[in-house]
Amino acid sequence: MAESTESTESAAAEPAVRTGLGQGPGRLLVMLYGVFTVAAASRSIYQLIARYDEAPLAYILSAVSAVVYAFITVSLVRGGEGARKAAMVCCAAELLGVLTVGTWTLADPSAFPDQTVWSDYGMGYLFIPIFLPVTGLMWLRRARQTG
Amino acid sequence: MFDLLTAVLGAAALALAAWCGFAAYRDQPTKDWHFIGMAVVSLLAIVQLVIGIVRLAQGDDPRQGVAIFIAYLIGSACAVPVAAFMSLAERTRWGSATVTAAAVVLAVLEVRLYDIWGGVGG
Repeated sequence: MAESTESTESAAAEPAVRTGLGQGPGRLLVMLYGVFTVAAASRSIYQLIARYDEAPLAYILSAVSAVVYAFITVSLVRGGEGARKAAMVCCAAELLGVLTVGTWTLADPSAFPDQTVWSDYGMGYLFIPIFLPVTGLMWLRRARQTG
Repeated sequence: MFDLLTAVLGAAALALAAWCGFAAYRDQPTKDWHFIGMAVVSLLAIVQLVIGIVRLAQGDDPRQGVAIFIAYLIGSACAVPVAAFMSLAERTRWGSATVTAAAVVLAVLEVRLYDIWGGVGG
């Protein structure tokens, strides 16, 4: 009998312990942000080394997006209120970046002889780059309410 | 040979994605059988990595460049094992969803690998 009360208590206490940003749905976000960090970083490193002169603006933007993705990934894994706020700022910057670069590539394609992760609102990446920051912001908002 | 392996791996990745997606839909964590599935897909990806490197050593030339080819080979070998470890730590439906996402990524990587290799004679 005592054992069963103990187990219900620990089950009730569990949600309070689980305040990590990288747990539950956050785990999926860590995975996706990790993938995009690797994709954007390897792409920009290769392009900056091998073909910098062809499209410097596009390649520098790729590098910037890689840094933003890396920062959000690390923030989600580390957790805590400071990391949550920093990640929110970065998600907002990411959303702004996708919208700006997406509009820019459609309005003035000549400025971008080569693709970036954020070109055409992330069309080359199944539009995930535009959904990811929105989902991220929703998750980070909810993490504050429950945590 | 290489094209065939790429196609098989792409199909296996999609099957794994559907299977784990179903588990996530039913609110279940990944189970032993899922991990066996992940192991099979990972093994295929590692075989592909080895065969890819052997073909490069034999003098085959991927259409879109050696560096990109190797980067995609390594990426596709890592995708599912990383997700497997994450789903070991996350014993909820979200662990299953994570594996689903990684398997879809792997399928996309295989499509890109097919283009990068460019059918240099299979």
